Formats: sequence, C-alpha cells, structure tokens
Amino acid sequence: MTLLTVKNLTVEFPTPDGLVHAVHDTSFSVSAGETLAIVGESGSGKTVTNLALMGLIPKRTANITGSAIFESDNGPVDLLSIDRNELRKYRGKDIAMIFQDPMSALHPFYTIGDQIIEAHQVHNQVDTKISKARTIELLEMVGIQGAATRLKSYPHQFSGGMRQRVMIAMALVNNPSLLIADEPTTALDVTVQAQILKLLSDLQKEFKMAMILITHDMGVVAGTADRVNVMYAGRIVESANVKDLYANPLMPYTQGLLASVPRMDRPHTNRLSAIPGQPPSMIALPSGCSFNPRCGRKNEVGASKCETQMPELTSRGSEHFSRCFIGEGA
Amino acid sequence: MFAYISRRLAVSFFILLAASFAVYVIFAFLPFDPAALTCGKNCNDPGIIEANRRRLGYDLPFFTQYFLFLKGLFFGRTFGEGAALINCPAPSLGYSFQQHACVTNLIGEALPVTFSLAIGAIVMWLALGIGLGILAARFRGRIVDRLSTIFVLIGTSLPTFLTGLLLLVFVVIRWGLIPFPSGNYTSFFENPFEWAQILFLPWLTLAFAYAALYTRFVRSSVIDTSNEDYIRTARAKGLSEGVILGKHTLRAALAPIATMAGLDFAGLLGGAILTESVFNLPGLGRLAISAVTKYDLPIIVATTLLAAFIVVMMNLIVDILYAYIDPRVRVA
Repeated sequence: MTLLTVKNLTVEFPTPDGLVHAVHDTSFSVSAGETLAIVGESGSGKTVTNLALMGLIPKRTANITGSAIFESDNGPVDLLSIDRNELRKYRGKDIAMIFQDPMSALHPFYTIGDQIIEAHQVHNQVDTKISKARTIELLEMVGIQGAATRLKSYPHQFSGGMRQRVMIAMALVNNPSLLIADEPTTALDVTVQAQILKLLSDLQKEFKMAMILITHDMGVVAGTADRVNVMYAGRIVESANVKDLYANPLMPYTQGLLASVPRMDRPHTNRLSAIPGQPPSMIALPSGCSFNPRCGRKNEVGASKCETQMPELTSRGSEHFSRCFIGEGA
Repeated sequence: MFAYISRRLAVSFFILLAASFAVYVIFAFLPFDPAALTCGKNCNDPGIIEANRRRLGYDLPFFTQYFLFLKGLFFGRTFGEGAALINCPAPSLGYSFQQHACVTNLIGEALPVTFSLAIGAIVMWLALGIGLGILAARFRGRIVDRLSTIFVLIGTSLPTFLTGLLLLVFVVIRWGLIPFPSGNYTSFFENPFEWAQILFLPWLTLAFAYAALYTRFVRSSVIDTSNEDYIRTARAKGLSEGVILGKHTLRAALAPIATMAGLDFAGLLGGAILTESVFNLPGLGRLAISAVTKYDLPIIVATTLLAAFIVVMMNLIVDILYAYIDPRVRVA
C-alpha cells in the first residue's frame, strides 16, 4: 500500500540575491513499512523536501507547490494544501521526525520526561499517568537504562547517542506510520551510529512504520534502505531499489557517489576517487543537466546536448529510473 | 544548593569588605579635612573643629577609624560623650554632622522612596519591554515591529531628565492630568493611592528608557530562540503555535532577562539620581548627590557602600534564580 505520494513538489525561496530553487518538480512515493533513503550532497534539497512535507517551512519564506497525498487513518490528505493548523494534527502523530543534531534538538530547560509526555499528550487526551507509563515504555524500548528515573533528567545529562535515543522515543510515542529521519547519525560517533541505525531498523519492524531516511552516507543507505532516491541540485537524478542501485548505478553522479565510498572488498588504490568541482549555486543553475559541469561522461552523448537540455527521469528497468542521456532509449 | 549559597555568601562578604575598605580609603585620603567640614558657620574657631574631630574619631589612626566603622556596622556606635553623646545603633554607618543625624537613619528614610521608585518602574518596563519585544518578534518586519523600532530609538536616545521634564510639562502642567508633585513623599502604607500618584510619572520616566532597551533585547532573544532546533522539534511534535511561543520559546528567550532585570534593579536601588532630582523625590540618589555637593563624607561612604551591597546581593539572588530557570547551570 502506498502511504505517501509526492507529486511535482517544488520549493523555492525568494532571497535578495534571487530565487533559490531548493527542490524542483520532484515526485516519489513511500509504501507502508518500507525504507526510502534520500541521498545527496549538502544543499541537494533532501532536507527541504521533508521539511516541506511536514509543513515546517514558514509559508511566507517559500513558494511551495505540488501535492503530497498521505494515507492517514482518516483517509487521504494532501499535506501541502491542507491548513497548517490541520496539518498539526498529523505532525508527531502519523508522521514523526527526528533530526540531525540531537544536542540541540531537545529543549534544554525541560526534562526529557516532560518533553516526551508533552508529545504524547498533544495527540492524546489522556491522564499524565498514562502518558508517563507510555514514555517509560518507549525509553526502555530505545535502550535507556533506568527509564523511570531518567525521565527526570535534562538533555544535557545525556550523551549525544542517548539524546538521539530520546528523540527516537519521542518520535515513536504516538506510533506513527511514517518516520522521517533527517541524517539521524551524522552528528554521532561512528560506533554509536551503527547502534542507532540498528535501533531504528528494529523499531521500524516492530512499529511497522515506513521510514524516509535522509543521509549523505552511502554506507548507511546500503545497510538500511529498501529503495533509494539520489538527489542532485533539487532534482531526483536516480531512483532504484537498493540492490539495483549499488549493482548498476546509471547516472554518473550516483556512480561518483558510490566510487567515493571506501571499500574493503576491492583492491585499494592510493586515493579515494572524488567527484570534481562543487555543487552548483541553487540560484543560478547551469543550463542543461545540472550535473553537466562536473560530469566526466558527457562526451559519450555529446557535450552540447548535456549543456543545453535537461534530461527527464526515465525508466531503465524494473523500478529503476535515471535522469541521464547516457543509455536513454537503449 | 545550600553549600553553594553558603560559599557565595562568604565570597560576597569578602567582596563587601574589600569595597568598604576601598570606599573608606577615599574617605580618609581625600584632600578634605572631615572635621573642618562638620562645623558650618563656626569653622573659623579651631577649637570647635578639634572638638568635633575628637568626637567623631577623626583624630585616630586610619586603621583604627576603619575598624571602628566596621564595628559600628555590627554593634552600633557612639560619638562624643556626656551631654553631647550621640548614639547611632547598629548597623551604624556613621554620623552626618551637617545633617545632625545618624547616617543609617537618613538612609532608612531615603531607601523606601528609592525602592518604591525602582519597584514600580521595573514592573512597568518589564511589562512594556517584554510585551512589545514579543510582539515585535512575532510580527517581525510588520507594522508592530516598525513601531517598536521607533519606540526603541526614542526611548534609548531621550535622556531621563528630558523625558521627566517633558512629562511634567505636558501631563502635569499643560493637561493637568495629575496634580503637581509636592515633593512630600507619601509612604505606600499610609496612602497607597497618593503613593502611586506621586510616583507615577517618575516610574514612567524610568520605565520609558529601560523598556526601550528591553524591547530590543527581548525581540532579538525571541527571534534567536525561535530559530533553535528545539523549537523545530516542538513544531514537529504537533504543538500549537501558542504553546510553542508561550512554553518553549519564551522559557529560553526570557531567561537572560532575569539576569538583566536583577542587575538593572540593583543599579536603580543605588539611587536613580536624575529621576529623583527631576521629580524632587527624597530618595537615595538625591541624598547622595546632595552629600557630594556638600562634602558630607559619612553619607558618601554610606551610600556608596550600600550601592555595593545591593549590587553584590542582587548578583547572588540572580545567580540562584538563574539556576532554577536554566537546569544546565544548576549546581550539585
């Protein structure tokens, strides 16, 4: 069952320097229970996509168009067109979000118990005792020892990894059907990263929820995702299930991303390969394919084509899409 | 917490001791003869000067004088002897020969006036500054925000003596909205209505200047806080904008205001010299300024020391209070 269908999502921010095209005409869907990874460099639009879905971008700072149909318990709703006050009822209940930096994502002045209980009570008119019991249950689930006493602790009394566990407990307190995890492990130590990812995928199965995992770490993607959307300069440039993507990346950008991951199972050369150049300015995107100035393979189809025309996202096999002239129509 | 407060109190005690010593050094080494300043029109008689010198203990060595001063603070002090014996009970801050009164009594009369002035003013400016600051932040870039900017500009640039005079001229004289302040301060406990009536314009004068500063501070603090990640978290939880502002943003944004308000309040308690002068209020500021112009040294020492005492104590109170507001600075 399709849980979320995003169609033609475009997000633009008017700034004094010009219009920032953060997300451009992006469509994708998430099925119940699956994990969709969105990968890309900083500024590729992956976070903005999800903030837009959650209604967390102030309306007067951005132009947001498109639709995002979410199958809630009360039937389908368009997250982008319903009133923000209405959207509030889904936020934290049906769709929950965890953020990149657990050090700053919790309110420093309130105990973690208060913060999780609050998250429960926004959507449930129940006695504080019930919310508290639920909070303890969740904290135990995410692996916080002595949850009943740790309720009274403040965020600064936890380590980064523990805080991220608290954030996860808070996100799951209302049993959401979709969890958006925005770089949940980026700010953590490597050893803790693995624990948090394991925890997330365990809980995902237990709660039977879908997850959108935003990351720039291809290693994280391989371990957790079912499907992957690769974003570049505000557009999806490749979309495939995770096995296909790793086995047969089609878009040169995806190939570059994968080549830049250190691998233990290959003869190691002296240097990691890197994608040359910088991501483009989101105000003045290059004409043609946004990736063309950095693309090493554009001569294969004729550079002038890549420099003047934007390729479409086209099907290249079962559920595999690529935005590239190379191999198009083959 | 108890250990922390005890430690802070001990430190405060030593700070005050150092402050009292510094102030007393000024007293002793200023190029004035304190005894010669005590005699008014009799000062061409060296006999009287010398007699006063002995009565007030100015003939003693510096450290003995300082010790007697400190002792007087805790045990009271007597000046002179026999029929001319003057007794200033503890805490004695000395004897003003010009005003013919124990300094402690003079301060006892002036402090309630200054306290009344400060407390009313702080209530006004907090209400106005915080309220306007929040509105300006909430509706930033819009008309309320623009108007608040104008208010801030005027409030911070108008000196209090001018604001005070303008208020007097227009509110009292031109429009006759409030009777002219008689200069007779009425205690709150005698007649609260008259108390408020006399103090209303002074409050407004002080509050105007401070409210402008606070508006600017609160506005930027609220805006900074609303950009914090934890406010985004609160929004992602599905909280309403009202709860986000009232509970999450303001709690963090207003915490620094507690410190600011405490220290500003302490500053005012030391004497709002200009405002008290404009409105002819017999407060500490006026006591101090008249003592300075008349070289009434015991009063100068006492008011300076009192101001130091208030600032040190208020610092302590603010720190303790802040620990309750912000758990991150809470001590074991």
